[in-house]
Amino acid sequence: MKVAILGATKGMGRALARRMAERGDGLFLLGRSAEDLRRSARDLEIRGAAGPVETAVCDLLRPETFAPALDRATEALDGLETVVVTAGMFATQEELEGDSRLAAEVLSADFTGTVLFCEEARGRLLAAGGGTLCVFSSVAGERGRKPVVLYGAAKAGLSQYLEGLDHRHRAAGLKTVCVKPGFVKTGMTAGLKPSPFAGEPDQVARRVLKAIDRGWPEVYAPGIWRWVMAVIRLLPRAVMRRVGF
Amino acid sequence: MTVRASRTRLEGWGRYPNVDGVELRSEDLGEITREATLSRGLARSYGDSSLPAGPDALVANTTLADRFLAFDPETGVLRAEAGVSLGEINRVFLRRNWFVPVTPGTQYVTLGGMVASDVHGKNHHVDGCFGEHVRSLRLRLADGSIVDCSEEDAPELFRATIGGMGLTGHVLEVEFRMARIPSAWIFGESERIANLDAMIEGLKRAAESWPMTVGWIDCLAGGRRLGRGILMKGRWATADEAPAKPPRPKRRLSVPFDFPGWVISRWSIRAFNWLYYRKHVPRVKRGLVHPESFFYPLDAINDWNRIYGKQGFFQYQCVLPHADDNGPARRFLDRFLRQGGVSFLSVIKDCGREGKGILSFPRPGISIALDVPIRAGRLAVSPSGEKSRLSGELRAQALVDRLNELVLAEGGRIYLTKDAFTRPEHFRAMEPRLEAFGEIRARWDPEKKLASAQSVRLLGDRP
Repeated sequence: MKVAILGATKGMGRALARRMAERGDGLFLLGRSAEDLRRSARDLEIRGAAGPVETAVCDLLRPETFAPALDRATEALDGLETVVVTAGMFATQEELEGDSRLAAEVLSADFTGTVLFCEEARGRLLAAGGGTLCVFSSVAGERGRKPVVLYGAAKAGLSQYLEGLDHRHRAAGLKTVCVKPGFVKTGMTAGLKPSPFAGEPDQVARRVLKAIDRGWPEVYAPGIWRWVMAVIRLLPRAVMRRVGF
Repeated sequence: MTVRASRTRLEGWGRYPNVDGVELRSEDLGEITREATLSRGLARSYGDSSLPAGPDALVANTTLADRFLAFDPETGVLRAEAGVSLGEINRVFLRRNWFVPVTPGTQYVTLGGMVASDVHGKNHHVDGCFGEHVRSLRLRLADGSIVDCSEEDAPELFRATIGGMGLTGHVLEVEFRMARIPSAWIFGESERIANLDAMIEGLKRAAESWPMTVGWIDCLAGGRRLGRGILMKGRWATADEAPAKPPRPKRRLSVPFDFPGWVISRWSIRAFNWLYYRKHVPRVKRGLVHPESFFYPLDAINDWNRIYGKQGFFQYQCVLPHADDNGPARRFLDRFLRQGGVSFLSVIKDCGREGKGILSFPRPGISIALDVPIRAGRLAVSPSGEKSRLSGELRAQALVDRLNELVLAEGGRIYLTKDAFTRPEHFRAMEPRLEAFGEIRARWDPEKKLASAQSVRLLGDRP
């Protein structure tokens, strides 16, 4: 499999890229810091990625970086089969309420930036006859909830877009996989009190890789979150207003 | 993005002591070590080595900084970030017939921790400590600068950092040489041994032909049986002997909750040790052994420290000089028994030469490690004849004091990575090397910004 990953230097993206490397996939890394990308590329090569792992700078807040980065990936991998987006920004509701610039960045990276990046990837994958686009949304986009009002809104929009994309292009060979992680213990959530059913990045990676291989349009990770969210979706507004999650 | 600090309860593997601390956790070690006063990996040191000096001191948790940075399959030189775990190194490299040159008894340690403790293993008599195989370290110093050190560059900083308990700088990256192995399996031999003299003699004899040796002792057996146990020897199996397939990772059990305090008692410990000795039939066993079973038998049970309950336990490890009549080791075990000490698991090993780390633990002699539950009770021998009940903490303190007095008199020393109770005056008397270490530390960190709860206790650092 020839994969370009945006966000493989940290957290769940790192874990997913490692699983791909260990089974011998070809990888190309996209991200914000050239130096950090280089270090992750060496890590993945040592773990068994097929051929050298090359990198290009790409920032969800700078849409002008998308096309050149994906062109470089296509060239280096000699064709593109799978594009994965694990990158995103996160901040707590309190942090976002207190800092409108940060809020603007999170909303723009997690919705506008990600959607525009997917549009660039969509065109390239369809031109090559299809492929897989796997994007990390969040369970935060399932329901309007007190701790994730802003972050959740961006992720809700993203999930909606990904579902539409899948309906529109699956027949033409482009499979869209929308990943909805629950609470996962990564650097992004470090310092927050882990919720019940909190998962490890590698647990998520294992499940996401399965979803990519089988072309599942939607995957909760760890798997238990599918049932947790099924319940939360059913809760009446009156209940949601009273509870803290 | 900024790293969120979290106030949590921090403890070592022995679960005593535990303190409130502020931990920073991120993939970006460069970022979180800027303000932190101590780095902490998987927290497998038993006592207070990885605990912060005070309630507001920041601790950098290194475990997310876990990337391999370079590997040369010609020379075996591996460079990696300090938070990568030994388990991960083994998972990736064992099946390619590469192994770390030195491994401690658990794979739940980080590379940075292996350097800071200058860990040793079953091959100490041949290969020395881990530090012997380290070529270069990248450190974040107290003044915020980042330096590379090695035998060529800033050698005194390099040698002080190996076994320096994280007090000279935050370890960011480690470069060391892996060992080529003929297969990923162990050929082992284990032998039941009747007493201490036979055990030490057996260790010495085995050292001549086996690259890896260690002894387990039933430390509740006294008198003629003092020091009885099982001597384990191993080497890497040759390609012909080994099965065609590399060993699969072992399944692990977990201890899901803290056991109640009575589970680990004098009687259950006695029963366990008796059984462990008795079930070793025939007297000598030989054969292929899974590397995880050989190196990391206790890793088979996740969170095994929970069997000691909330009160926790401590490990006491010392090294005593060799003597023709094995007097120091005998007097040590004898004192332990007379003081009413009980040890669930006791390990004996003959150490080879002293390593390059200025404060590294091993030196030629006999090393003994004892796992002792912390429990309230009376003292077996009370200096003042007092018969009142003591708290677990005071009782452990009294036992460690008596053992340290003996170790001091015999010319031995203790292992900081295991320690939670040693008094500063005992430690200073055991460690003539402390002055040299202190001078180097003063040169690179004159304000003693980097400190741990242990350095506050033993070296008089500011809390």
